[in-house]
Amino acid sequence: MAEAQNIPVGSTTAGSIAVAAESTVATRMSAPPSFDVADFPVPHGREEEWRFTPLERLRGLHDGTAKADGTLKAEIDAPDGVTVEAVTRDDARVGKAGTPVDRIAAQAFSSFEKATVVSVPKEQVLTEPVRVTLHGEGGTTFGHTVFDVGAFAEAVIIIDHTGDGVRAANVDFLVGDGAKLTVVSVQDWDDTAVHVSQHNALVGRDASFKSVVVTFGGDVVRLHPRVNYAGPGGEAELFGLYFTDAGQHQEHRLLVDHGVPHCKSNVAYKGALQGDNAHAVWIGDVLIEAAAEGTDTYEMNRNLVLTDGARVDSVPNLEIETGEIVGAGHASATGRFDDEQLFYLMSRGIPQIEARRLVVRGFFAELIQQIGVPDIEERLMAKIEAELEASV
Amino acid sequence: MATLEIRDLHVTVEADNATKEILKGVDLTVKQGETHAIMGPNGSGKSTLAYSIAGHPKYTITRGTVTLDGEDVLEMSVDERARAGMFLAMQYPVEVPGVSVSNFLRTSATAMRGEAPKLRTWVKEVKTAMEDLQMDPAFAERNVNEGFSGGEKKRHEILQLELLKPKIAILDETDSGLDVDALRQVSEGVNRVHASGEVGTLLITHYTRILRYIKPDFVHVFANGRIAESGGAELADKLEAEGYEAYTKGGASA
Repeated sequence: MAEAQNIPVGSTTAGSIAVAAESTVATRMSAPPSFDVADFPVPHGREEEWRFTPLERLRGLHDGTAKADGTLKAEIDAPDGVTVEAVTRDDARVGKAGTPVDRIAAQAFSSFEKATVVSVPKEQVLTEPVRVTLHGEGGTTFGHTVFDVGAFAEAVIIIDHTGDGVRAANVDFLVGDGAKLTVVSVQDWDDTAVHVSQHNALVGRDASFKSVVVTFGGDVVRLHPRVNYAGPGGEAELFGLYFTDAGQHQEHRLLVDHGVPHCKSNVAYKGALQGDNAHAVWIGDVLIEAAAEGTDTYEMNRNLVLTDGARVDSVPNLEIETGEIVGAGHASATGRFDDEQLFYLMSRGIPQIEARRLVVRGFFAELIQQIGVPDIEERLMAKIEAELEASV
Repeated sequence: MATLEIRDLHVTVEADNATKEILKGVDLTVKQGETHAIMGPNGSGKSTLAYSIAGHPKYTITRGTVTLDGEDVLEMSVDERARAGMFLAMQYPVEVPGVSVSNFLRTSATAMRGEAPKLRTWVKEVKTAMEDLQMDPAFAERNVNEGFSGGEKKRHEILQLELLKPKIAILDETDSGLDVDALRQVSEGVNRVHASGEVGTLLITHYTRILRYIKPDFVHVFANGRIAESGGAELADKLEAEGYEAYTKGGASA
């Protein structure tokens, strides 16, 4: 990508490849993972995991002052055979996919009333997606949802977030042996909403997990998609796209932890930014543990800055504890839609607005075409089109 | 009949915190159906003339007028100029990652014609134009100018010229960096458009080589920010024999 050479003022694209005896990915968190919020100190903002996040806009989610006083309307459209239960936090499935790694995830775990467990029985192949619609109606809510997909089952789950509110949640994906799960999480909040969520995927032996994260809305959105493998042969693909407008903070922090041999991961996130104080943060951590021989991993982040005044922080980290791997790589680039491109398109009669839309549409289409689920691809292109109509 | 009139055009550019005057009073009239060659040494301001007529933001017009059929071109935005019938084939076409050639051409044709061209006739139109320029059909699926060779970039510019059918086409050093085969194919494209009688062509070049393929009605020697001499095709022969030395002596040729 030619634009890779253009680094806008105020952005960083630092990267590192560490080959270490001890995990710096794990140790640079200020506290070890825990379900108990009391195990995490209140962040002051200089910690590695908080340094990009505007704490003052988190409405107290990080310091214990946020109270569960809000309403989030949840609708789950489950095809035949899929069960939906409300359970307490001592249910064995709750928290099985992963443990909260920061204070807000732990706060969410400590504060939710009932967890929702959506189960797809083993060997069941769904022909219709599971649709989850979460509509914020103001105030603060905490949640925990588990999607439990049985061995050799196949499912597509679409989660839509709309409306206003302050939301902290954990979302677990238990992908059974040989199962195939595709999850699309769309953050289409009002521009006043705050959303902080940790996604934990536990990918079974020979299972495949595909996550598509789409973030358009919100005042602050901070998502933490994490993947662990329960057995060899697992595959994870994490796709993301975000469109960060003036004043928005959208942060995606990914971790793929290769702890078992012969697993694959592929991470590709793309974001477009425009307007004053639009701020996108992408952290891509990949850890290849000593046991994880035969790992094949690649992570990529691309950003397209459409106007002055926007800021991108993109930090890929790859940590390798064994040399016996198939491949490991990462790439990060932030480019600017520049005056020369605009001039070229306009000199062919294309009005300025249409020129911008053409470029953004093309930028995202490259990623969307990789998703490989035609329904979802069409839906996302339509979403992008609507976002372009509304904001470019 | 469409007429481009350039009168006393003065243009400056900001460089190293200083304002530098590049064009120092250009007068030129190009009519539909005519081919004008503008020839001159490097740095004489030929490309500045092309880009300032097209409306590139880098250049400031300090004096003079440019009109197309009496309409003030300098008042128009870049896209309005194109829709009014101006076309600039660039010396260094810009890469636009993520936008395919076919998507770009259709978007452009839609803007120029005021409505989306009918898909079936459009596909045929593009296919024919690409075949004429000996372009591989796979080309249409590549991103605009991304990874194109020099020859591919220029063919792509002439492809647009053929599809967009402007009234006035400015070709900025379209011949530079082309091998003989590519030069011939590109020239044939220009001649096809010319043969329609609908376009006035302003061919900007450093070399006389392209004039073996494209016959100009008028040749202008550009030196030191203005037209130093005008004549017929025979002026090109003189330049071929004598070079630009006579025009650059004593003038600021840098």
